Amino acid sequence: MKRTAKIVMSVVLMAAMALGSIGCKKSPEANGNTPDTKKGEGVMTYAEYSAAALDTEVTVETYIQAKQGWWENEGVGVATFYTQDADGAYFLYNMPCTAEEYDKLAQGTKIKVTGYKSEWSGEVEIIDATFEIEEGQYVAAPLDVTDKLASSDLINYQNMYVSFTGLTIEAMDDGSSAFFYSWDGSGSQGDDLYFKASVNGQTYTFTVESYLTGSDTAVYKAVEALKVGDTVDMTGFLYWYEGANPHITNITIK
Amino acid sequence: MRKGFLKIIASFMSAALILPALTGCHGKKGTAEFTMPEGLDPNKTYEIVFWAKNDTNITQTKIYNQAIEDFEKLYPNIKVNLRLYTDYNKIYNDVITNISTGTTPNVCITYPDHIATYKTGNNVVVPLDSLIDDPAYGLGGSEVRFDSPTREEVIPEYLNECVLDGHIFALPYMRSTEACYVNKEYVEALGYEIPDTLTWDFIWEVSEKALAKNPDGTYVVNGKDVMIPFIYKSSDNMLITMLKQQGAGYSDDDGNILIFNDTTKQDLLTISEHTKTGAFSTFKISGYPGNFFNAGECIFAIDSTAGATWMGSDAPLSDIHENQIARFTTVVKTVPQFDPSTPYMISQGPSICVFNKPDSGEVLASWLFAQYMITNDVQIAYSSTEGYVPVTSKARNSAEYKEYLSRSGEDNSLYYSVKIDAAKLLLDNTSNTFVTPVFNGSTSLRNAAGQLIENTAKSTRRGQTIDDKYIESLYEDTKSLYRLDQLGSNDMNSKEDLGPLPLGSKLLLGSIGTAWVVIVAYFIVQFVKKKRAD
Repeated sequence: MKRTAKIVMSVVLMAAMALGSIGCKKSPEANGNTPDTKKGEGVMTYAEYSAAALDTEVTVETYIQAKQGWWENEGVGVATFYTQDADGAYFLYNMPCTAEEYDKLAQGTKIKVTGYKSEWSGEVEIIDATFEIEEGQYVAAPLDVTDKLASSDLINYQNMYVSFTGLTIEAMDDGSSAFFYSWDGSGSQGDDLYFKASVNGQTYTFTVESYLTGSDTAVYKAVEALKVGDTVDMTGFLYWYEGANPHITNITIK
Repeated sequence: MRKGFLKIIASFMSAALILPALTGCHGKKGTAEFTMPEGLDPNKTYEIVFWAKNDTNITQTKIYNQAIEDFEKLYPNIKVNLRLYTDYNKIYNDVITNISTGTTPNVCITYPDHIATYKTGNNVVVPLDSLIDDPAYGLGGSEVRFDSPTREEVIPEYLNECVLDGHIFALPYMRSTEACYVNKEYVEALGYEIPDTLTWDFIWEVSEKALAKNPDGTYVVNGKDVMIPFIYKSSDNMLITMLKQQGAGYSDDDGNILIFNDTTKQDLLTISEHTKTGAFSTFKISGYPGNFFNAGECIFAIDSTAGATWMGSDAPLSDIHENQIARFTTVVKTVPQFDPSTPYMISQGPSICVFNKPDSGEVLASWLFAQYMITNDVQIAYSSTEGYVPVTSKARNSAEYKEYLSRSGEDNSLYYSVKIDAAKLLLDNTSNTFVTPVFNGSTSLRNAAGQLIENTAKSTRRGQTIDDKYIESLYEDTKSLYRLDQLGSNDMNSKEDLGPLPLGSKLLLGSIGTAWVVIVAYFIVQFVKKKRAD
């Protein structure tokens, strides 16, 4: 029964933290934080990380921007983190951490990470990583990439905290819905949300990743309330799956 | 897409952690054992909950809804509430959570491995034997208001997969297997003809040859920067199937763990050899086989027949942009074999179980709905959404289903040829399918099997030396991580001689026995005294 209680507590804690992190989000200006540009001994710059071959060991210093889904894999806690430094972003997939460490890894926290550079369906990430918390704080401001959506240059901003402004909500493939639960509408509330928005004559698909921002979050509810034709501004993380697959964390209807 | 995968694992692991709590409830009083009621009360309204799973496929969702609507017309006093899932392990997780609170659904899509866990609770899952054979409400029963298949019309191999501890705990719902989807033009360009039955040697040989490059670094076979000739979606199925084909150990019906053997080691060394050259990868390492296959960046893609609508140049479903899709001919073959004369391929696919409730009428209503899901209308409609096959000979032999199969290639949706070829592959090989033994812990063993391949492949890609020493170390780490050293001979089914009881235990048992003798003697004396006084 202790284990059951632990699981329930973990879930509640995760939900509370997810809400907490949303409520605490501040602009870099408000925080007055700037990222360290000088790297520690043996730590790669973002350029060196980008140049590193896949399946090689990499060490980076970076700052937590968002986190999702702490869970135990055969007794080993793991979670996924969206992180960023002054020059670029690093996606840390299923990084081992205890529940207590997950609590400490709040938005802005500086960490030194060692793991293996990997690529899954186009998403470049660090897997099988270890980390240590360092002194430092940085919350990235969103970079507006609206004009880069149709550009092959967009991939250079992979995993970064970005914004999209002045997009128009388009109908899904059924011709009327403003969003789908799951990619084809086969899901139900609680599943990932998919919606389409257009700008400059092109239509793109966006996702509300339920593990990052679940059905109880403001962004999830806002997307559920979207109407075809709405004009929106959005922020989120430029995740990649066989092409750009932004994970939207905030949406404002104009 | 991948987040869904992460969720699957997360859900499963959470459930696995709850398992000890569930098994700890053995001594608690559960729902009374189900007994067959006299009949379905026509004056009573039953509301039942059905937890179903779809393959993120809107057509399947519509079929569930249609089935419910049709069933409710036949039984106006039974209301079915559908809750949809898109992965099996989320259902598993939620069922386990709800067992502890007594709020399980009535009917649920499931896998026998999962039922093995559900069964550790008291009377949680209803054994279906008496329901199946009931003359009035059983399969083909006289009081059933639809054209129900008889027990004999359920494919025996599939019904047997639902037997646990001598009782039937589920009805098979859909069945699939794995198929090898082959790019015909690439194989021929490399100087080969696709054999009737693929062998492992053939696939490894062709895959190695496909790695030849042009001076500019592109691959000769496709002129692109990317080519992973052989990708396997399910690494656990891969190792399980290889071992089955080689007659090597995996596990047995008593739950003994046999996977850590020399055949496994040799298979892992072979996989490492071809990972090192770049000829082989897995879903977990690189991505969905179908995405690489459809882009012309993979020659042999092994995935479920239930994923056939995602495979090929004209696949109705695809995750990659249409301008990335290559034009080629897709040939659907059985998974590679070690001995083509005795082929083996895994049997997979969902079954349906019924959960016990205090009201036996509610259970009967649930059973009727479960039974409705294997009627021809549902079976043919649902199996046609993917490379599934119906689980009854009644559906398979129907004119409607035969017509469906005969119209292969008429379009790229309902009659998509790759999907129908995949279904035919399983229809032709039903007797060549196998399942692994089901016991409490069999799911962990399955995960461990996959992890052996994933770790070997990842270590190879990272330049580590893969040799006997590495494999031995991997075995120990895997046993420990998946707690496999605590299963097998020490599990609940074990008949292992644990030796004589310790002295303390003997004294304790002796004391308890003595106390009972004294208590009984006291009551006898009191009884005799009272009698005499009377």
